[in-house]
Amino acid sequence: MTLVVATESVTKRFGSVVALDGVTFGFEAGIVYGLLGPNGAGKTTLIRILTTLLRPDSGRALVDGIDVVAQPGPARSRIGLAGQSAAVDGFLTGRENIEMIGRLYGLTARESKRRTEEILERIGLVEAADRLVRTYSGGMRRRLDLAASMVGRPRVLFLDEPTTGIDPRSRLDIWELIEDLVSDGTTILLTTQYLEEADRLASRIGVIDNGRLIVEGTPDELKDRVGGAVVEVSVPTDRVDEATAALKEIAGEPPKVDRVSGHLSIPAVRGASTLVAVVRRLDQLGIEPEDIALHKPTLDDVFLTLTGHPAEAEVTA
Amino acid sequence: MTRLVSDVVVITRRNLLRNLRLPQLVLFATVQPVMFLVLFNYVFGGSIGLALPPAAGGRYINWLIPGLLVQVVTFGAAQTALGLTEDLKSGVIDRFRSLPMTRAAVLAGRTLADSARNGFVVALMLGVGAVMGFRYQTGFLGLVSAFLLALGFGYSFSWVMATIGLFAKDPETAQTAGFLPLFPLVFASSVFVPTQTMPGWLRAFADHQPVTVIGNAARGLILGEGALPAGHTVASEVRGAILWIGLILVVFVPLAVRAYRRAVA
Repeated sequence: MTLVVATESVTKRFGSVVALDGVTFGFEAGIVYGLLGPNGAGKTTLIRILTTLLRPDSGRALVDGIDVVAQPGPARSRIGLAGQSAAVDGFLTGRENIEMIGRLYGLTARESKRRTEEILERIGLVEAADRLVRTYSGGMRRRLDLAASMVGRPRVLFLDEPTTGIDPRSRLDIWELIEDLVSDGTTILLTTQYLEEADRLASRIGVIDNGRLIVEGTPDELKDRVGGAVVEVSVPTDRVDEATAALKEIAGEPPKVDRVSGHLSIPAVRGASTLVAVVRRLDQLGIEPEDIALHKPTLDDVFLTLTGHPAEAEVTA
Repeated sequence: MTRLVSDVVVITRRNLLRNLRLPQLVLFATVQPVMFLVLFNYVFGGSIGLALPPAAGGRYINWLIPGLLVQVVTFGAAQTALGLTEDLKSGVIDRFRSLPMTRAAVLAGRTLADSARNGFVVALMLGVGAVMGFRYQTGFLGLVSAFLLALGFGYSFSWVMATIGLFAKDPETAQTAGFLPLFPLVFASSVFVPTQTMPGWLRAFADHQPVTVIGNAARGLILGEGALPAGHTVASEVRGAILWIGLILVVFVPLAVRAYRRAVA
């Protein structure tokens, strides 16, 4: 399988700070690869190296088979960059911004104009195209930023935290745009602090912490590492003993019990069927659960299990 | 090569548009030289007027304008350092550096756009000067040559400022660092007063540094040979001026391009 992005033992130091400590990874064309990690984990440094903005201290980095250090020029015509590492120009209009980037990708004035109209349509900025970008909302700027990175039809798009610091509604817009791009066959490397984002968009995820890639896999594989789903139920504290016996019967093993809160949980080996079994049994016993849920592990759980510390507290935008 | 030209055109256009859409920038860039002109002419004019060579036609403003021409483009070049650091900070430079464009185009486009702004500001100052009584003593061609020479120097000095900006990295540092070479170059020169009265050590510097050489060349072109220190000719000053412009470009274009390649915000 040919990898469209690949690195081999990439290291980078800034003074005494080790930003990347031997990162080796890669992925094939046509997917979204999610690079997940807290602030300062090394995500942006890795993106900057892959997009030729920074030279690694050692190791190799290839994009579309091209060594980005040895041949930065050819590499640049195959990539697009958006997010916190790149910016759009506030004193140009949306249309001018995209046209300019198109020209700098080497498109002729006519090609660039045509492509710009196509993209403005696609990102839903036709109405605002002739306004100065400094009057745009944060979400609009991000969409424009993304559009600018697409104009040269790059093989790989690098999106550095494309939704950090924008409102939930705009985040949804960006997600839909990214999904739309992938369905067209664009390959995307996306960094994010948001577990939910990686889970929704990426078909493969790498978790990065302190400059090291600590685990890689599909979202499901990662979730499996912290165990499967569980059924969680809260019952009145005077019925805990009865409920414990009932759940033991269903699960074939003693449930986890918190006597003070009346909270019990068992592995949901049969998924939703386990949940149904619990509901039925409790009903037969005349126990009214205060709360009952099938809990699937989140990437947050993955992060906690793998690194021993929680991921960056999710910013409520 | 065609790629270089088209990239430079695209970037120059972008920077010019920014200038037009930042009216306060053009306003302050215009007000400052006019203020210099008015202040220097009316504050110093009376006392200096008496000591001027006859070529000045008895008016300090005739002596002052060729000097201010050079002073204004030199100060104007400082804008290059500021503009570049702002682009570095906002991430625009990162985007440019990730694109398959010619490396030198961002700097060439920036310096060209800044020179265009310089040209506008200087032309305006000449207009105000004319209203205040400035008259060229040679011919219109002399005035145009002096104007172009000053712009050429401003352009070369923009590359010095680009280098400083790329090393300074943030706008605040760039502003402070950029002014360091400006003051000695502009004030220890023949821009405002003849250098004859300066102490010997300072005069040695003042007589040979680029701002004086360009200033003298401009003065010779506008007022005639009589305005130059004894033994200097207009041709020799113009030659010296072109030499300085070439020398600055040869040193600072590669330096700035190198700094740009390594620039990290």
